[in-house]
Amino acid sequence: MRKFLLLPVLLISISCTLSAQTKPIAFKGATIYPVTGKPITNGTLIVQDGKIVAVGDASLNIPSDAVVQDAKGKVIMPGIVDTHSHLGGPEGGDNSSALNPDTRAFDAINPTSDGFKKALAGGLTTLNIMPGSGHLMSGQTVYVKMREAQVMEDLIIVNEKGVFGGMKMANGTNPMRGTTGFPGTRAKSAAMDRDLFVKAQEYKKKIEKAGKDSSKLPERDLRLEPLVEVLQGKRVVHFHTHKENDILTAIRLSQEFGFRVVLHHVSEGWKVYEQIAKANVPCSIIVIESPGGKLEAMDYSSTNGAALSNAGVLTGFHTDDGVTDSRLLIRGAALSVKAGMSKEKALEALTINGAKMLDLSSRIGSLEKGKDADFIILSGDPFSVYTKVEQTWVEGKKRYDIKNPEDKAFLVGGFKVYSTDREEYHNHDDEIGNQ
Amino acid sequence: MKQIHKIISCLLCALPCMALAQTAIKADIIYTVSGSPIKNGVVLVKDGKIENVGTAKEISIPKNYKIVEAKVVTPGLVDARSCVGLSGALNIPTDQDQLEKSSPIQPELRALDAYNPDEKLVKYVRDYGVTTMHTGHGIGALVSGQTMIVKTKPGKIDEVTLVPVEMLAMTIGTTVQSNFTSPGTKAKQIAMIRTELVKTQGYMQKQNDKDTSKHPAIDLKYEALSKLLKGEVKALITVNTTNDIMNALRLAKEFNFKLVIDGAAEAYRLIDEIKAAKAEVILHATLARNGGDMVNMTRESAGILTAAGIPVSIETGFEGYVPKTHVLLYEAALAVTYGMPYEEGLKAVTLNPAKLLGIDKRVGSIEKGKDADLVLYDGDPYEYLTNICKVMIDGIWVTENCK
Repeated sequence: MRKFLLLPVLLISISCTLSAQTKPIAFKGATIYPVTGKPITNGTLIVQDGKIVAVGDASLNIPSDAVVQDAKGKVIMPGIVDTHSHLGGPEGGDNSSALNPDTRAFDAINPTSDGFKKALAGGLTTLNIMPGSGHLMSGQTVYVKMREAQVMEDLIIVNEKGVFGGMKMANGTNPMRGTTGFPGTRAKSAAMDRDLFVKAQEYKKKIEKAGKDSSKLPERDLRLEPLVEVLQGKRVVHFHTHKENDILTAIRLSQEFGFRVVLHHVSEGWKVYEQIAKANVPCSIIVIESPGGKLEAMDYSSTNGAALSNAGVLTGFHTDDGVTDSRLLIRGAALSVKAGMSKEKALEALTINGAKMLDLSSRIGSLEKGKDADFIILSGDPFSVYTKVEQTWVEGKKRYDIKNPEDKAFLVGGFKVYSTDREEYHNHDDEIGNQ
Repeated sequence: MKQIHKIISCLLCALPCMALAQTAIKADIIYTVSGSPIKNGVVLVKDGKIENVGTAKEISIPKNYKIVEAKVVTPGLVDARSCVGLSGALNIPTDQDQLEKSSPIQPELRALDAYNPDEKLVKYVRDYGVTTMHTGHGIGALVSGQTMIVKTKPGKIDEVTLVPVEMLAMTIGTTVQSNFTSPGTKAKQIAMIRTELVKTQGYMQKQNDKDTSKHPAIDLKYEALSKLLKGEVKALITVNTTNDIMNALRLAKEFNFKLVIDGAAEAYRLIDEIKAAKAEVILHATLARNGGDMVNMTRESAGILTAAGIPVSIETGFEGYVPKTHVLLYEAALAVTYGMPYEEGLKAVTLNPAKLLGIDKRVGSIEKGKDADLVLYDGDPYEYLTNICKVMIDGIWVTENCK
């Protein structure tokens, strides 16, 4: 717990933000997708002090002091959870090691990045920002809300396990691109992972043995401390993996060491959905519009969403921004529906399922009384090409309004709208921009 | 080249001999693109060509025609500029032939020698309705090589080639400097292009000398550049920043060549200049990545340029990573979502590029006598949840699965 000295600071800053709003706001007349409940036509959503006060149909009683916003003809759904983003320049480990559990995306991200405005234009309200996949373990990820922010402390959200991020791991070809100290084969990759986890197990034992006697605690080890959290089930491993053998290796490692894992990308998930379902491992998948570009992802299929969710796997979507654009995560859901996923499951995958993967479902991911007032107002059917996100609300504050030209610019682009700051772009940038 | 033309024309003669079933396509709505949409319409296909199109009342379907029904029919889509077929899906050195990095100016490189009709992505774009594709050498060199036009149907290179030499692919921008040690600056990029074009002028002058002994030895580079200066091919210059678009316009004026501005991310800032120069525009994918020279792109460009009277052709362009290409139909759909009129969106991926590429007598609209390149949908073509059910190229069904 020594590591969370900044927590009280964070909580104070959140409560300060929230106290600004007192009057309830009621949104009337929209089709509401609460996600955890049935869709409501001509629905009403009431929020106050950053929380959802009530969700119901037209008969819902609106407090007399409420500010009423007409949402007739619109669609309201929970804010979208992007379970895998690289916005803000999370960096992560460097070339000195293939395993970097001690590096934190938290320390690298620019909290005022343009990218976050792009995310808001796409209706994203919570992100898991991760270091890249060029290492077996590239560092600690960070869970953020798209609040107005000056410093990272304004952005982070502490989850039900008391942490505000997971641990990024990767297998397959990406971590084999490095030189000295990096693996050259898949078996070596797994061996290096196992070696580190064995050390973490021993370290954890020493801590447990010390009990309340702090004099017996082992010397602090920043590499092993976050892995103890992983072994304790507090910090989830977010595991980049594409091919079926690599998917199964990730599952095998998680079972051997008993850590909780979310598989990411999972390009060949459609081949091994039964094994994934049996292992009860959630999948955060990417949706791309055409195949290719990366050899180990060649067998990607847009049926992954359908295959995994039908098998009962907890399935979520991610952008991997800049691989796909934060403004298009909702389109990934539509393309998955086109490939056979049910609309209901696709909406869950955009919201509540991601929340569960980040241990945040008690606060976000659905429109329910008492949850954070994170929601989006759409111009129409979430799966239509013509639909736009018109408003994005985070904790009861309107953070994006398409009617505001400055906000809209981050949706459509234009002259000098986006910064040319290179750090804003994902670490795949060298590949994207090489020609 | 003449031989290739011969081969192609022979093949075209041979096509109708393949005993095609004559087909009648009935649809709730037919977007001919050249005219108004036809409700409750019929397209008759005979011998690989469109025999007739009109309303169900106007057209009687001959008895021996096989009837196929669809909700919506559009012309086969024309991708104004792609690298598919030279740039493969695997993205490994053996399937990346779009950019030769041995020298920044190589106009002699022919697309015909590199295009792979069996490439996985060719089938992929075909299944999404692209029947004609302007493809070839990529972006990233001052002159990367030639482009060509193909039909996306299965077949050997000569069978699928529509135009073997279409344009010279050129790029001015920061990407060139990342691929070569020289040019290392913007001014050097322009100086190098100008130097080669001045040399080409000299080469052409010598060729015209009455004294044949003074004729220069044949040089493939200057032969190719001569075609540009003689107006036989257009320059397809990928330029995105305001500065670079102006550079391209200036070069075209100085050397009097036909210019197609490709990419054109900031063209919306230079509408008057582009119109005055009579330059044509191929616009980047609506959802292209807004990085590098394209950082100032806007999704509203297609709508803005169309409203200003500049015909817009939308491309899928080049993608260096995941995903390896775009779905052209969605690029048009998004252009419409962001302000382009509905039918202009279809035009931008059919008739406009067909005209720009000089192939509108063959493709780009549903008109009597044109190639029977058709796409059948089960709903609004732009919608994500609509399926492309059938694609026909030259009268033959090439895709019959719903996609």
